[in-house]
Amino acid sequence: MTIAPETPEMHRGLRVGGWSWVWRPWPVLVTVVLAALTFLIFCVSIAVGDFTIELPAVFRTLIGQGERVDEFVIMDLRMPRSLVGLIAGVALGISGALTQSIARNALASPDVLGITGGASATAVFIVTAGGGAAIGGAVGLSTAALTGGLLTGFLVYFMAWKKGIDGFRLILIGVSVNAVMQALTTWLLVLADIRDVARAQRWLVGSLDSRSWTEVWASLWIMAALVVVVLVVAFQMQPMHFGDDVAAGLGVRYSAVRAVLLLCAVLLAGVAVSAAGPVPFVALVAPQITMRLLRSPVPPVMASGLFGALLLIGSDLIARTLLPNDLPVGVVTAIIGGPFLVYLLVRSNLRRAA
Amino acid sequence: MTALRNDAARLGAEGVTVGYADRVVLDNLDVAIPTGVITTVIGPNGCGKSTLLRTLSRLLKPRQGTVLLDGGDIARLKTKDVAKRMGLLPQTPIAPEGLTVADLVARGRHPHQSWVRQWSSDDADVVARALHMTGVADLAHRPVDSLSGGQRQRVWISMTLAQGTDLLLLDEPTTYLDLAHAIDVIDLVDDLHEGGCTIVMVLHDLNLAVRYSDNLIVMKSGSIVAQGHPSEVITSELLLDTFGLQAKVIDDPVSERPLIVPIGRTHVVSKSDQDLS
Repeated sequence: MTIAPETPEMHRGLRVGGWSWVWRPWPVLVTVVLAALTFLIFCVSIAVGDFTIELPAVFRTLIGQGERVDEFVIMDLRMPRSLVGLIAGVALGISGALTQSIARNALASPDVLGITGGASATAVFIVTAGGGAAIGGAVGLSTAALTGGLLTGFLVYFMAWKKGIDGFRLILIGVSVNAVMQALTTWLLVLADIRDVARAQRWLVGSLDSRSWTEVWASLWIMAALVVVVLVVAFQMQPMHFGDDVAAGLGVRYSAVRAVLLLCAVLLAGVAVSAAGPVPFVALVAPQITMRLLRSPVPPVMASGLFGALLLIGSDLIARTLLPNDLPVGVVTAIIGGPFLVYLLVRSNLRRAA
Repeated sequence: MTALRNDAARLGAEGVTVGYADRVVLDNLDVAIPTGVITTVIGPNGCGKSTLLRTLSRLLKPRQGTVLLDGGDIARLKTKDVAKRMGLLPQTPIAPEGLTVADLVARGRHPHQSWVRQWSSDDADVVARALHMTGVADLAHRPVDSLSGGQRQRVWISMTLAQGTDLLLLDEPTTYLDLAHAIDVIDLVDDLHEGGCTIVMVLHDLNLAVRYSDNLIVMKSGSIVAQGHPSEVITSELLLDTFGLQAKVIDDPVSERPLIVPIGRTHVVSKSDQDLS
């Protein structure tokens, strides 16, 4: 067999000893810019409030060199809120990227995995139903909602399990379970006292109001552990974009990989829901926009997390500053996400028609 | 029967029974794939030829019997080790929109990679060679979805080749291609065989199978009814028995192989004129 002397221009490698990675300048650049932007918006969201702290003062305080007053306002009052936004955003972005990759569908999101529906129904039950208040008082609304969400998530997961997880069956079952949960939520809201309904609605939209450090640490550690697992296992997911048979031919135990990553997606969505409530559209939109920014054919896992954080903190900032009445963050993400969903639907219809 | 059968077979099956739910597709089947030649599995629709290929490639687990790869039970091998010894091109691979040819072919290195070893200089060399051998090096930076069907199939074969194995399993590599592109793809398969690869494929087109294979496996209802060199295997009786096809088998004017001329119900001139041989 003859081999032509000139070789086509291949990806450059980043090689250190026996270790090597593909060097892709553009995605790396975009990811770095995304990280910088996220950090900047994070600082701005800390700076802005009832009274404004100058950005340099924010930086100084973050590295432990700030003034007493600033330190109190930033560390005790504003940091937890912004950090919860960061954590929930990263969790939603990654969870969305995993769900869309596994389902091979741009319209899939962790909402389909049942977490959001289950958590919402549980939260509304606790706020509105008589007996629910006792449970809510004992463990807290977020924890109860998280438990409900995870239970529903596992229910979907096990109902979809048939010698492994099939993406299409998972979506069908997820959509059905979600519909049942939504019906349950509506039913509870109709029965409930009007004052309870207002409280429940606020939770249902998703909000970053009044967060404490305890909530921050718990979510942060769980998220960090999950991100490490995802980072390692996602390498095995790469051939799975080409279909199960190709993946198997390339030596991937796709059933196991899919099961682990779906579980991570469920848990990450759970972290986000327990931290910020069911904030809509972040998990759907973040991977899709990140794909376009990175010019990647598949949803990039880690960069989607960064963009999710940017989107969530940015939306919270808009909700607090530009909009009246201190609206919850979920309203803003819905305003951004809704039209984008329409765009995706129109585009996929056009492609099918073409 | 032929010298081919005596070659040590790297891949084979012993007494495999394979089925879906309550339907048995392959029933207690034995087969050995001769090394260094092109083996093609043919048979009517639903005879189990794709199932046989999927079983040999470990995509399907037999209910009974074993598939042997290099003398060992394939079910006991690690998935990754199988992938290092055997390349597989399944029927309907998916190329994500916007993925470039170079990126797709590079994925073929997956069995040789790990999290900390994702793009060694070996990988780059093997991928460049695979792109050249399949004639798609010029397309390396084009998105796969912008290519013609024939080019796309070359790219997938290129990915399988980048796996770096000398045993390739191809499930209907010419489906959906027009005749010119089908010939183009199968010529490429023949080049790979000349380069030392053992090839097992499933084909629908009987004349292509006859022209390009050294070893035919003819299947009917889950069993192998004939195996061997096309010149020995292909007869009008076999075609009638297995495919229910009325046909004449003549000498191919351009190769030293048989040529199948189907006889349909219409457009057949008088009996004496049919006697072309």
